[in-house]
Amino acid sequence: MKLNELTAHEILTLIKAKKTSADEIYDAVLGRIDQCDKDVRAYVRLRGAQMDSDGANGNASQPLPIAIKDNICIRDVETTCCSRILTGFKPPYDATIIAKLKNAGVPIAGQTNMDEFAFGSSTENSCHGPTRNPWNLACVPGGSSGGSAAAVAAHEAIWAIGSDTGGSIRQPASFCGVVGLKPTYGRVSRYGLIAFASSLDQIGPITKDVTDAAILLNIIAGYDPKDSTSVDLPVPDYTRALINDVKGLTIGIPKEYFVEGIDPEVNAAMMSSIEVLKKCGALFKEVSLPHTEYAVATYYLVATAEASSNLARYDGVQYGLRLQPSQVRKTALMDMYEETRDIGFGREAKRRIMLGTYALSSGYYDDYYLRGLKVRTLIKNDFDQVFTQCDAILTPTAPTTAFKIGEKTNDPLAMYLSDIYTISVNLSGVPAVSVPCGFSREGLPIGLQIITKPFDEETLFRLAYTYEQNTDWHKRKAELKTYAKVK
Amino acid sequence: MISEKDVRYIAGLSRIHLRDEEIESLTKDLENILHYVKKLEKLDIAHVNPTSHVLPLKNVYREDTITPSLQQSEALRISGETSKGSFKVPKVIE
Repeated sequence: MKLNELTAHEILTLIKAKKTSADEIYDAVLGRIDQCDKDVRAYVRLRGAQMDSDGANGNASQPLPIAIKDNICIRDVETTCCSRILTGFKPPYDATIIAKLKNAGVPIAGQTNMDEFAFGSSTENSCHGPTRNPWNLACVPGGSSGGSAAAVAAHEAIWAIGSDTGGSIRQPASFCGVVGLKPTYGRVSRYGLIAFASSLDQIGPITKDVTDAAILLNIIAGYDPKDSTSVDLPVPDYTRALINDVKGLTIGIPKEYFVEGIDPEVNAAMMSSIEVLKKCGALFKEVSLPHTEYAVATYYLVATAEASSNLARYDGVQYGLRLQPSQVRKTALMDMYEETRDIGFGREAKRRIMLGTYALSSGYYDDYYLRGLKVRTLIKNDFDQVFTQCDAILTPTAPTTAFKIGEKTNDPLAMYLSDIYTISVNLSGVPAVSVPCGFSREGLPIGLQIITKPFDEETLFRLAYTYEQNTDWHKRKAELKTYAKVK
Repeated sequence: MISEKDVRYIAGLSRIHLRDEEIESLTKDLENILHYVKKLEKLDIAHVNPTSHVLPLKNVYREDTITPSLQQSEALRISGETSKGSFKVPKVIE
């Protein structure tokens, strides 16, 4: 077994027994990146030999190289959200989770590819071009944290960090056959996470198994006075929630999630997953989330409105790209703003800024943005109601397996609908995890989503761990080959 | 539902200079998306309060204590153009 293919907890056991060293682990990870990142293209920037100096006092106590999504600020290291508008931006500070990783002695392997500003579900909207899915290089890895999920699936990192606004950790985890967790809104500090939609964004782990997700959440969770939306609640030791027993837990299956549009293979994998957990003693009941069909529409009003406001800061003045206007149309200042933002933002970023600005503009605010906020209340109430009847909700993570590169790029709406099962979770602020639960005939991974009450990540871990201990999907390895689709 | 004139107006509010070919395709994209979100009109929301935020948090205060902050020189170091300890912008008044 190669070191880079092990999980974080397996490596920690080897280190304790003095059976490996930091240098051996770095060599294995760097060697793998050298060997295969030209095909996968998970990373946009590598730390290389500097990796070792990231840990506390340059002495990594947990030498487990981590991949960081390119929207989380690392002091003095270029961080761009894979957007031209942040070209050359070297943050003068560390995001809180970066400081926590450095304090824990976890070295940073590099920064991973993403849809520009996390706007997308395929990692195709990156100024660096798409990342490839390690299970089939002709397919997308999902998105927006596609680079982080692909790096873990291809064993180019031991584990990774992503961010999730509408499914951006869970959907790529599902497409790449790894574990992806979106913690409760407020559980992890967003200080230093470059904002997309502030009422929805959350940082979380992408790992090879559930145990690693618990170890990583232990490192990054907790209250931070620098993020006024982080919540001052005690952080439990999540590894203590890794219990292989779900007897007595009641799991709700929302009837609205198993209707039109779901791939039959995804549906079949879900049905077998339910059987696995039933055998382990979980009780199942049908529940209803009646406003599910409105979630995508609500999300694209609320998220774009917030994004248009958050992205107003990119004006060419304080940091990032600054262009001189090619011609004078308005004033020199206005022309500088408009030229910089025209060249700096990609197509999807422009589309979302425009949609959000429209939804917030005078005369349309009540009809669009305010209506979106009200329907959000109905969606959140659905979850509150269902959680009076059960401990957790089980759904597919995505309605299909990974699609082909280029398949949905000309149809933004079709792309948005690939997040149909993940979006309501962000609108409601609850935690959710995606774990591998099967493969299609074409060999593409399928993900199972588990959702629990706010701040009940422990039940999430208990269910995910029990499922994982009673299946072996997480042990399969991606082959990094290109396959023509059977269909 | 949304015209090219609307799109030009929104582009102005967004401070983005759009080329003519972009206007046409964005108008079509926005038209499709706005048509899709129309489905929210089916719901009766007259007595529903808006949710802008899921946490029961409001007015998060902290003690007004002096702590180290970002140095002026560090903030200016990452800017494209500076002058005499300030960010520099093009002429505002012609």
